[in-house]
Amino acid sequence: MNKKIKFRVNGKKVEAEVPTNRLLIDYLRYDLGLTGTKEGCSVGVCGACTVLMDGDMITSCLTLAVMVDGHDITTVEGLAKNGELNPVQKSFIQYGGFQCGICTPGQVVAATALLKENPKPNEEEIKDWMMGNLCRCTGYYKIIESIEKAHQFAK
Amino acid sequence: MIPFEYRTPKNLKEVNATLQEFGSDAKLIAGGTALVIMMKQRLVRPSCLVSLRSVRGLNAIELKNGGISIGGLATHREVEGSSLIRRRLPMLAETYHHVATLRIRNMATVGGGLAHADPNQDPPPSLIALSATIKATSVNGSRMIPLDEFFKDYYESVLAQDEIITEVMVPKLAPNTGAAYIKFLPRTADDYATVSAAAVLTLDKTKKTIADVRIALGSVGVTPIRATAAEAVLRGQPLKADGFAEAGEKAKEAVDPVSDFRGSAAYRPSRAGKSPGGHSSAIES
Ligand SMILES: Cc1cc2nc3c(=O)[nH]c(=O)nc-3n(C[C@H](O)[C@H](O)[C@H](O)COP(=O)(O)OP(=O)(O)OC[C@H]3O[C@@H](n4cnc5c(N)ncnc54)[C@H](O)[C@@H]3O)c2cc1C
Ligand code: FES
Ligand code: FES
Repeated sequence: MNKKIKFRVNGKKVEAEVPTNRLLIDYLRYDLGLTGTKEGCSVGVCGACTVLMDGDMITSCLTLAVMVDGHDITTVEGLAKNGELNPVQKSFIQYGGFQCGICTPGQVVAATALLKENPKPNEEEIKDWMMGNLCRCTGYYKIIESIEKAHQFAK
Repeated sequence: MIPFEYRTPKNLKEVNATLQEFGSDAKLIAGGTALVIMMKQRLVRPSCLVSLRSVRGLNAIELKNGGISIGGLATHREVEGSSLIRRRLPMLAETYHHVATLRIRNMATVGGGLAHADPNQDPPPSLIALSATIKATSVNGSRMIPLDEFFKDYYESVLAQDEIITEVMVPKLAPNTGAAYIKFLPRTADDYATVSAAAVLTLDKTKKTIADVRIALGSVGVTPIRATAAEAVLRGQPLKADGFAEAGEKAKEAVDPVSDFRGSAAYRPSRAGKSPGGHSSAIES
C-alpha cells in the first residue's frame, strides 16, 4: 500500500508515493540515494541513523517514511553549504573525531543539533546530549574534543 | 513489515471513525518508537495504522484544577523541558529525562509510553506515586483511570482497543511533600532500569511524622508495583532511618521479578529493598 507524501530533504522539495511500510532510513538511502545516513542497530539504540526533523534529532530506523509528510528532514549531506563543511564537520577533521567513520554521520548530525541550541557546550552537556551515539573506535575522547572545539570554526 | 494502511485523521472524531472502520486490526501510532520495533519483529501486524500525529490540541502541558494536565501527545522531551513541570514537579521532569536518549524522547509521547505498558519503563512508577489519572476517550465518551489501576499484565493495560489516551492528570502535591525517582542502572545511562523506585512523601505539620507516602516500583514484575505494605509501615511514623529499613524489607516482599540480562529474579529484590531507604535522603520538601 502506498501513500502520497510531500516533504523537504536538505532544503529540496520531495513529492512521492511511498509504500506505507517503508522506513525513513531505507527511503533516504535506497530511494533518494542519500547513503550518508547509516544503519547500525535498527532498534533505536546506536544513533548511526540520526537525522533531523524540523531541527530535532530522530532515529530514522524507527520512523516510517510516511511520518515525515509535511516536515523538513536534514541528513548529513545537508550540513555543508555551497561546498563548505559546517563547523562541526571541520572540527571532527581537525581534532580526529572519527576512525572507521560508520558512526560519524550520526555524530556530526547530533552535534550540529546540539550546537544550534548551545553554541559552546561543556563536557557534561556534550555527554548528556550525545548519549546514544555509540562509537566502537574512538573511545569518545576525540569526539568530545571535536564538539567542544567546534565553535572555533563558526563564523 | 507487512503492508498496512496509514491514516492521518485530523481530529478525535475522525480517529474514532477510523478505529471503528478497521476494528481490531487497527492500531494507533504516535511517536512510533515502540510500535515500529514491534512491527519490524512482526509481534504486531495491524492492517491499518491510525496516526495521532495530525490531531491538534493533544500536546498541551498546563495547570488544571491546581494540578498539571499533560496532553497524551506531548513528547517526553516536552515534559522534561516544560518550565511548569520543572518548577512544580521537578521529579517528573527528571523521570522523563531518564528515558532512553534525546532522539527517542523527541518522538516518544506520554500517551504512547503508557499504552505500551512495558514494566521496565520509567514514567509509570513516578506517575503512580504522584497519584496520576489517565483520561481515555473513545466513541463511547471518556473515562478517567487512576494509573495504579491501569496496568494489567506484561505489555497489557486496561485500555480498550478503541480508547485513546488524551490526557494525564497529575494532582497538586499536598503541603510538606517531597517526591523522588531513582533508577538503578548497571549498564549504560540510556538503558532501561534493572530496578526503579518512585516515592512521594508528605510530612505532617510538625515535619517530624510521615502523614502519607506512596511508593511505586518498576522492573520488579509484569507491571509496575505499588509497595502498599512498605507504605503502611511508614505512614504515621516518625521520620527515622529504621522505619525506612523496615519499609525496604516490605518492598522486597511485594516484588515478583522476571529474570533478564539486566538482572536476575534473585538479585532484583535486594535492589528493590534498598530503593525506598535511598529515597529518605533524596526527599526534601
Ligand atoms: C531504544 C529505546 C530505548 C528505550 N528506553 C527506555 C527507557 O530507558 N525508559 C523508558 O521508560 N522507556 C524506554 N523506551 C520506551 C519508550 O518510552 C517508548 O517507546 C515510548 O514511550 C512509546 O511512545 P510512542 O509515542 O513512540 O508510542 P508508539 O510507538 O507510537 O505506540 C506505542 C503503543 O501505544 C499505543 N498508543 C500510542 N499512542 C496512544 C494513545 N494516545 N492512546 C492510546 N494508545 C496509544 C500504540 O498503539 C502502541 O500500542 C525505549 C524505547 C527505545 C526505542
Ligand atoms: S540504526 Fe537507528 S539507532 Fe541504530
Ligand atoms: S569511528 Fe568507528 S564506530 Fe565511531
